[in-house]
Amino acid sequence: MSNAKALYQEVILDHNKKPRNYGVVDGASHKAEGHNPLCGDHLSVTLKVDDDRLQAIAFTGESCAICKASASMMTAAVKGKTRDESETMIQEFRDMSTGALDVQTQPHHLARLTVFAGVRDLPTRVKCAILPWHTLHAALNSVASTSTESEDDPMHAPIGDA
Amino acid sequence: MNIATTTEIERTLDAERIRADFPILKLKVGGKPLVYLDNAASSQMPQPVIDRLVRYQTSQHANIHRGVHHLSEVATNEYEQARQKVKRFINAREEREVIFTSGTTESINLVMHGYGRKFIGAGDEIILTTLEHHSNIVPWQMLAEEKGARIRVVPINDAGELLVDEYEKLFNERTKFVGVMHVSNALGTINPVKSMIAFAHQRGVPVLVDGAQAAPHMRVDVQDLDCDFYAFSAHKLCGPTGIGILYGKAATLERMQPFKGGGDMILSVTFAKTTYNTIPHKFEAGTPPIAAAIGLGAAVDYVSSIGMDTIARHEIDLLEYATERINAMPGVRIIGTAEKKAAVLSFAIDGVHPHDVGTILNQDGIAIRTGHHCAQPVMQRFKVPATSRASFAFYNTMREVDALIAGIRNVQKVFA
Repeated sequence: MSNAKALYQEVILDHNKKPRNYGVVDGASHKAEGHNPLCGDHLSVTLKVDDDRLQAIAFTGESCAICKASASMMTAAVKGKTRDESETMIQEFRDMSTGALDVQTQPHHLARLTVFAGVRDLPTRVKCAILPWHTLHAALNSVASTSTESEDDPMHAPIGDA
Repeated sequence: MNIATTTEIERTLDAERIRADFPILKLKVGGKPLVYLDNAASSQMPQPVIDRLVRYQTSQHANIHRGVHHLSEVATNEYEQARQKVKRFINAREEREVIFTSGTTESINLVMHGYGRKFIGAGDEIILTTLEHHSNIVPWQMLAEEKGARIRVVPINDAGELLVDEYEKLFNERTKFVGVMHVSNALGTINPVKSMIAFAHQRGVPVLVDGAQAAPHMRVDVQDLDCDFYAFSAHKLCGPTGIGILYGKAATLERMQPFKGGGDMILSVTFAKTTYNTIPHKFEAGTPPIAAAIGLGAAVDYVSSIGMDTIARHEIDLLEYATERINAMPGVRIIGTAEKKAAVLSFAIDGVHPHDVGTILNQDGIAIRTGHHCAQPVMQRFKVPATSRASFAFYNTMREVDALIAGIRNVQKVFA
């Protein structure tokens, strides 16, 4: 099975078609906008942190299937988690996508999110998968907007655009 | 055999035979034969051009316009011959009207710095079009910001054609410059540049034509167009990257200020005063990409041996066939339906983001471009974040169009 086929499996296509937690959290305590200027992917994440836990989280946006499914599964995965637990998952998801974390052999907390592991073999799509996580990180740290091309982005490596 | 029959034979391009000249087209991607449909981004290089680069590097290389030794003379001669070939290719009046640059982007920036910064001032207006590539927008915005000039934009219709009436209405006494692309890289529209130039000239306004997507696909005659500037890149024309052309009318080039300072662009230098070299050298500071320029000369020879009219006809056949096939597919929409188009096909598949289209086609060995094509104003006009774009070259075949259609069906199946 090719990398692309492995990536576009049922669970991702399902989340793309029926994204979970799609919308805006009422009375959100944190929010951020994420943008990938290279492909036009754009999403916003709103969340309510109460007692150090992400009590509610939602997203909206226009993006490719990989980005939308990643956002959908992310919201489901971090809901109810503490800030620290969420930050750990953000780091692990980034590491998995860039190949720094091998989910087969190393410990992690990503559970079903490992369906995105194949994205590391598609360098041009890594940013699509990471954008929601990047945006969540920005929201948790109260940065109003972020971009996959911002200087503090660990993935900052512009892809040529003729 | 009568003359008509002979012409008919000359018209037919044997793409299968031509493909044998391109080693890269024999590649397999993920076990599938490469179907390369990203020619508007960059085209592939035939063996004669590769061989020319090797020959230069193995037996002719030295710095140009400097040494009195044998190799320097050979390299200078080959470099200047490449200029001659380009001059003939675009039918410039004189070789000194042909300036080597690093590519279309640098050509446009050269005009902005060399002409714009000298002759365009506060309150002046520059006319551009909605279709322009970022490389023919951003330099002019930088100039406008620096000088307090204003940019006016020619709108397009739903087919992706320029509204020529609106273009003409934009002119006034403050209009100082027009920048227009010959062929749209995002939509394929062939713009009526000849009549647009004539209109601008009636008002004494010079015109720069961005020919990046035209020079590789049709016969270009800068004297017939009567453009003041014409820019294009070698790497979209079967040549190397890092080299391109700015054509300019000699009288205009002479009035311009240099773009980059350095060696080769001067006649004499003292700390009191520097005298600039004559054109084209005035605009070619430093050691140029000599091998790449000679490679461009070889690329021009190669496409000329096939014939630009023959190339254009074959590519239009491909475009018409692909358009017909895609129009017959439910759930697929072509973006850019101008009456006059070059071999660029932008499309959208219902419910599927272009990036997913590109990734899934790639698994079938099909290389297309997805994104905004450095033409965000066009994307905004059609209210899409991006499109999928197949762009053809003369070495593409009907069989490859069939592979694209099968690939699009596969995308629809995956996302069904």
